[in-house]
Formats: sequence, structure tokens, C-alpha cells
Amino acid sequence: MKKRIVYELNGLYRDSLRVTGYEFGKGKKSVCIVGTMRGNEVQQLYCCSQLVKKFKQLEEEGRIASGHKILIIPSCNPYSINIQKRFWPIDNTDINRMFPGYDLGETTQRIADGVFNEIKDYKYGIQFTSFYMPGEFMPHVRYMDEGFSKVEEALKFEMPYVVARKVRPYDTATLNYNWQVWDTQAFSFYTTTTTTIDRKSAGQCVLSIMKFLASNGIVKYQSNGRNQKSVVIDDTELVTVRTAKSGLFESLVKVGEEVGEGTPLANIVNPYDGEIMETLYAPIDSKVFFMHTDPLTYANTAVFKLV
Amino acid sequence: MIKTIASVALPVDEVLAIKKRRIAPAGAKKNLKRISIVTGIHGDELEGQYVCYELSRRIEENMDKLTGIVDIYPAMNPLGIDSITRGIPAFDLDMNRLFPGNIDGNMTEYLAAEIIKDVSGSNLVVDIHASNIYLTEIPQIRINELHEDLLVPIAKKSNVDFIWVHGASTVLESTFAYSLNSIGTPTLVVEMGVGMRITKTYGDQLVDGIFKMMSELGIWSGEVPEVREPIISRDYEDVSYLNAAEGGLFIPQVKHWEKLNKGDLIGEIINPLSGKVIEKITSPVDGILFTIRDYPIVEEGSLVGRLLRKEVYEQ
Repeated sequence: MKKRIVYELNGLYRDSLRVTGYEFGKGKKSVCIVGTMRGNEVQQLYCCSQLVKKFKQLEEEGRIASGHKILIIPSCNPYSINIQKRFWPIDNTDINRMFPGYDLGETTQRIADGVFNEIKDYKYGIQFTSFYMPGEFMPHVRYMDEGFSKVEEALKFEMPYVVARKVRPYDTATLNYNWQVWDTQAFSFYTTTTTTIDRKSAGQCVLSIMKFLASNGIVKYQSNGRNQKSVVIDDTELVTVRTAKSGLFESLVKVGEEVGEGTPLANIVNPYDGEIMETLYAPIDSKVFFMHTDPLTYANTAVFKLV
Repeated sequence: MIKTIASVALPVDEVLAIKKRRIAPAGAKKNLKRISIVTGIHGDELEGQYVCYELSRRIEENMDKLTGIVDIYPAMNPLGIDSITRGIPAFDLDMNRLFPGNIDGNMTEYLAAEIIKDVSGSNLVVDIHASNIYLTEIPQIRINELHEDLLVPIAKKSNVDFIWVHGASTVLESTFAYSLNSIGTPTLVVEMGVGMRITKTYGDQLVDGIFKMMSELGIWSGEVPEVREPIISRDYEDVSYLNAAEGGLFIPQVKHWEKLNKGDLIGEIINPLSGKVIEKITSPVDGILFTIRDYPIVEEGSLVGRLLRKEVYEQ
């Protein structure tokens, strides 16, 4: 293992911002794994820490195939994590909207450029990312359906779900999109949580990345032998359940739970008198794929996505 | 007449309402032209607040000269303005990346869709921004090159100092102005002054321009002031960007909108801890400083100014 600083930015009164990478193996640039870009992505950081631990073990045991280099960057943004702010401390910009970056541009463009120059030539790119709404997901892998990434590769993760995402205008400045422009097969990992650590889903992600790498001959890894087939869905196929009212959000189900048509999913409760203003029901037999977790909700909010 | 164009109940005993004021000539008249003045998409930009007030005040002094409809939307992001938040509070989203919205979408998308529905069909929309809290801008209009042919002739009447025609960018397709221009509602984006402040002289200058544009559209029959001839930039290379090489405090040595020669000192970046000057920022070209940093703290890469090359403003 080689630990090195991938990018550094001097602070005025703060310590330097150091983007640290962990390299395993030697040879062609095979896989790059990137963790947090935002200050609240604790689970994403945790997942990368578990991967670093795993790769150290694999390397010590000689289980990384020769000719392959793997780079893990647990965090591109320690500055925001350390002050518990989601976006960049000074100007509130999002590093994951700055790719491919610009070396003569503004601060977050420079960080994106510095990091991207180190990671753009890898064959596979894996990013642990988060949703803009507070909520929990069933762990899944996403790829952009009009890009360079192939669904056949996404299936090698053996995650329960593979989601094909339609490209939106703002996607064009994300890491995932730009990796593909530079011919990297890019996949985004969504684990259950963001601001809290969920060991089970982190473990599931570590395991699925091991399966992916073993399947591509990059590491020697023996799984349990059961090949799990992923369900491939388009993000537009998810069935959204929205609130009609604003109020306290009281969930009646859990993420991953199977729900029959008509199952009560949540109550929206009047915050002053406790009256139930609205009960949300499952419109179809399905599984809870995403669930809002904030105790308050606004009207028109997509609080459930069902698959 | 004040009307709520979109509203959503918030979780605890409050309704978020986006309001507009319509000023129209007395009596029922058909086929009137309409101008919409929009501001407050970013909650920390206040320059447009004064423009809304001053425009209303001057119209009401001469209501008999009003020959069309003036719709004024002072606060597209009311929660942001009332909490000094640039984006939409609670969502941490830039409202100007949500358009055209979705009527069946979440609260923010729904509001964006209602806004587009209400404003679309105007003969002209003026979307007033105030840069951000870091940079002061000379009154200017920014136009996507895709809409240049339609918008530059109108913008020339707006009394701004500068028209900046910039390249198309996919990311900008979710802005308010792009969404309206792409459905045929001409929309000008004004940037002037600085966030969290009001520069009255800039506001008065733009109000003069709005009256001129109203007059051209047939919405105002009264006297209108002469408007200035703006400098127009269409080439990316017309503009030089000045970025800090290191973190520190930027202390300007020149005034905004000052003409500079190559090598002139624009400002210093100092370090109060070491007591040293870290960087002297000098003009890389002969040009005029149309953007200058207002917020002193900088880090590596922070923009401290923009210069427009001499050849452009001398044309």
C-alpha cells in the first residue's frame, strides 16, 4: 500500500486541505474508488475506510493480480466534513458539480481538476455518493444509460438492483459523467444511509466490489458461490409516493420491506394537535426502495420510491 | 393588485407564498403588452428589491402614461430572502438550477413550474441578480449565445454598461432565463452590484433602462431618459479572469470600473498572521475592471476580478 497526497490546497488559518489516496498493486490503472465529496457523507467515508482495510489485507496476502493498480480516495473534501457542512466552506459550491475541473478556475474547480487528473485514466471508476434529499435507499449501483458504462459490467457487482439513470443537464458536471467522457466505465454506489453509519450496507458494498473485481480478474476473491442476479431498472420506472400535506413524518415501514397494494406506508401528522392529516398507501405490490427519513416533511415531497 | 402565484403549506403553521404585483392601466383593455420584473431567485441578492420599489413608485406618479401591464415579482425565493440564504433553505438547492420545474414534482420543482407558468407569455422578462456576496459587478446583462440575435437588440436599450454574450453550457439549461427563452419568452439576466447590499445608483440606472424598454414595447407613453450605449463582448477571450494564487485577505488598490494598463497594481493579498504581502495582483492586459472582489477573505482560486480588454470597449 502506498499512501500519498493526491491534491493539496493551502488554507489561510486552517491546516492544508489534503486529498489523500491509497494505492494498491502495480501496473495499469484498473480501478479507482472515490468516497465523499460532501461534508455530510459519513457512510461513504466509512465504506472507503473498510475498502482500504480490505485491500491492505488482499495485498498482504498476494491476492491483487499483477499488472493492476487500484486507487482509493476516501474523501475529496475533509474541509467540509470537519466543520459538518455539506458543501464547500467558503462559497457553498458542490465539488461534484465542478468536473472535469479547471486548473486556473475557482477553488472547487481547481480541486476537481487536481483530483480528476489523478483519476481520469482508470478503466473502472466507482464513486460513493448521496442523494440530495434526506433518506435511506436500498443499496444499489447506478450508471448513466447513454454513456460509456455498460450494464454487463454493472451486473458484475451482484447488487440487488442496478439503476439506469437518464442524464439530466446538471449531470454533465459530475464525476460520474466526466469519467465516461474520458472512457472510464463509471458506477455510482448508493448505500442505505448518508449521515449515519450503517455497517450492514457498507459490508454489502465492500462485498459487491470484491465480486466485481474478482469477476474482472483484478483480485482473487472467493465469494459464497451464489451468483446473485441484479434487477435492472430505469430510474423513471420507480413508483413515487408523494405527500399532499406538510407536517410530521411518521413512517410505518422500513426500507427494503415488501408492501402489498394498499399497505399504509406513513402518516403525516399535525405538529400541533397530533391529528393524522394524511395516510400514504402503497399503490402497488412492491418493495420500499427509498424512504424519507427527516421527521418533518413538506407537501409534494417524494417520500417513498417503490420498486 | 397583489396576487399569490404559488403557495405551499410548510410543516408548522406557515404558508410559503410567492406573490406578484400587477400594475395595469385602468379599465378593461385587451391585447396589452406585458413586462415582468423578476428578482429574489437567490435569497442573498437584494439589488433587485430597490428596482421593484422604484419602478412601482415612478409608474404610480404617472399612471396615465401606462399603456401595458407591469408584473413585479420581488421574491421568487421568499424563504431565502427572509433568512439570508442564497439557495432554498432546508433543501440547500440553488433555485436557479430547478427550472422549468415539474408541476407534479417536489415542493421546489412545483414552485419553479408555477413560476414559469405565470411568467411565460410576457413580451419581456427582466431577471435581476446581484452577483453574490463575494463580487461586485458593474450593471450588465448576460446573454446565452443561443439567444443572442433576439436579446442583444433589446438589451441595448436597458441602460446597462456592459452586455456579455457567453457560450452555451448544458448546466445552464436549468436556469430561469434559459427555460423561458427556450419557450419563446424573451428574458434578460441582469447582474449588478453585490449580494446582501443595495447600490441605489445602479438601481436608478436600471429603472431608467426598464422605462426605455417599456417605451419600446409600447407599455409606457411617458418621457424616457436617454440610455447609455453598452459595451458588448461576444468573444471568450475578451475577458481576463484574476484568481488568487493563495489564501489571504484581498485589499484592493483600484476602484471598480477603472481603466487599467497592463502591469497596474489591482490589489494585494495579505496575511495578517505573518504580516506579509503574499501576492500582488496586477493587470495582465490593458482593460477595464468590471468585476471586483468585495468579500476580503480569499483562498487559492478565489476570483478577485474580471477585466474587459481595451480593444473591446474602444470599438
